[in-house]
Amino acid sequence: MNTVILGATRGIGRELARALAARGDRLFLLGRDEADLAASARDLEARAGAEPGSIGTARCDLLEPEGFAPALDAAARALGKLEAVVVTAGLFATQEALEADRALARRVLEADFSGTVLFCEEARERLLAAGGGRLCVFSSVAGERGRKPVVLYGAAKAGLSRYLEGLDHRFRAKGLITVCVLPGFVRTTMTDGLPEPPFAADPDIVARIALRALDRGTPKVYAPGIWRWIMLVIRLLPRFVLRRVGF
Amino acid sequence: MRRQVEPRIAGWGGISVPGRELRSEDLADVARHATLTRGLGRSYGDSALPPPGVTSIAGSSRADRILAFDGSSGRLRAEAGVALGDLARTMLSRRWFPPVVPGTQFVTLGGMVAADVHGKNHHVAGTIGRHVTALRLLTAAGETVDCSRDAHPDLFRATLGGMGLTGHLLEVELAMTRIPSPWILQETERVRDLAAFLALLAGSARDWPFTVGWLDALAAGGELGRGILFRGRWATPEEAPAAAPRPLARRAVPFDFPGWALNDLTVRLFNAVYARSVPRRVARRIVHPEKFFWPLDAIRHWNRIYGSRGFTQFQCVLPERERSGATRRFLEAAARRGGSSFLCVLKDCGEEGEGLLSFPRPGVSVALDLPMRADTPALVEELAEVVIAEGGRIYLAKDALVRADQFRRMEPRLADFERARDRWDPGRRLRSAQSVRLFGDPA
Repeated sequence: MNTVILGATRGIGRELARALAARGDRLFLLGRDEADLAASARDLEARAGAEPGSIGTARCDLLEPEGFAPALDAAARALGKLEAVVVTAGLFATQEALEADRALARRVLEADFSGTVLFCEEARERLLAAGGGRLCVFSSVAGERGRKPVVLYGAAKAGLSRYLEGLDHRFRAKGLITVCVLPGFVRTTMTDGLPEPPFAADPDIVARIALRALDRGTPKVYAPGIWRWIMLVIRLLPRFVLRRVGF
Repeated sequence: MRRQVEPRIAGWGGISVPGRELRSEDLADVARHATLTRGLGRSYGDSALPPPGVTSIAGSSRADRILAFDGSSGRLRAEAGVALGDLARTMLSRRWFPPVVPGTQFVTLGGMVAADVHGKNHHVAGTIGRHVTALRLLTAAGETVDCSRDAHPDLFRATLGGMGLTGHLLEVELAMTRIPSPWILQETERVRDLAAFLALLAGSARDWPFTVGWLDALAAGGELGRGILFRGRWATPEEAPAAAPRPLARRAVPFDFPGWALNDLTVRLFNAVYARSVPRRVARRIVHPEKFFWPLDAIRHWNRIYGSRGFTQFQCVLPERERSGATRRFLEAAARRGGSSFLCVLKDCGEEGEGLLSFPRPGVSVALDLPMRADTPALVEELAEVVIAEGGRIYLAKDALVRADQFRRMEPRLADFERARDRWDPGRRLRSAQSVRLFGDPA
């Protein structure tokens, strides 16, 4: 599959890109830092035994929506035809940090919600124009219910999840397969320093689950799967309980 | 709902201190203000633990990208956090393999360079340092420095085997080895006693690139040195199976065993059974390379069999050629004091490496696992005295208990190493629990 990935330079994206490269998918990487993108492209080529230079890169920042169209066009030119677009990129900050810094809050909300949605809109148009394809976007279990430690981050992810669900309803029959991945707590640089809850996972496990969902076209998948049940319980808890607990 | 357990950083033998590891794909970013960078934590002792009072160190394992690989020369450049097992598996199918591999695949390239690791082929290939062509470090002063045999050679030589104390390793460049097939041809032979062992190691060295021996450390008297010799080489394309080696399933030891599980009786029993598991005559077969190079990795967390008290490993190299009988005297001293050990590994070592603190030198390396008991520190000090008397030295990547004055007596190169540190880190910003214990670094 010809796949564009936004976020392959680190975390879950890096693991997913490696899994895709290992099984022979043709990749194009988007990200904020060109040197970093180049290093990741060389790494993926070396690991997959691909020709050096065969994985193209282009700059793309979720906070710079005017760059989305040129970036995706560059990807389409390099790959010939877009078949899948994957978004693992996003910003995270603790609720305390977000409450204290309005500019940070704005960046997180824009990157994780409106930026990602607008990027997906550009991707959607191109995939539909090419006759269909997959759009795999990483949301989070944090959006499944409004909770004290993730009010702002969770709200952004909730909006994103709802958008992806809407896309699934509106465009699946036209060939756009939307895959929404909801990781639980994953041990990456993004979550370093946070107290680790039970059922925390490593990025390679999450990447494997996402890959399977991408191939199957599963519209909504929790990674690891146990978080489906955890969030079901959390969604059912009465409001007065959630007001009292710490999570 | 969230359990807040105080984080700790541990050596493979179980010794631990409070502390956190800061990891990032951007290694320079987390290493910039750190006292030390840690790889995958396979050193047995305290060489990858922060010094007292320091509660965080940098971790390299997320900086794991291959930056360049030349498919004709085998020259590889990679971030220091690349894991050896991953690298080996990636390159095996393309008929390339790392030139030197230690006894576990769960090490980073940076860790390999810092310990200047050696493997079953030391007698021909030397340590990993011999095959390293360039290093990129972040020095204590915050500078990114590229060094090699031509550029800053003093820093290069101090970093090979320098236990991460000369700077944070960011990138490693080395020459991979071309292999004829992805399979190993292995021969095993039962060995009667130590004299036979040493003769066999010397004889095998001529024809076999990989040799190592396991011996029964508890067998006494005439049977001292009874064990199994392993030798191997890469199989030729004609000898190798057509199929490629498949990934190995790995079991895990799920929890710490109780302290009584590993005692004199159980270990003697194990050793006796293991010694007889290999047929009397020489046996030759094709073997998966991971099984040949890293047999213990098959069981993840095998260190848990030693229980919550953990264990330490004592590894030394004895100049057997100059001081005939040194190996026997050392083993007799170890056997006299008891201390049950499953694993006693013998390796004939070749030329000394360029690294200022590089461990191997011509002679025989002996590695003993010692469960941590009340008398283990005293045992280690006694064994260290034997090593000093025989003109040998210990391996820093395994050590946790040797005394500073003992180390100084066995390591005349230490002064040169400290001079290099004086140049690149005069304030001793970079230190480890081990360097405080052995080199007199400020706590």
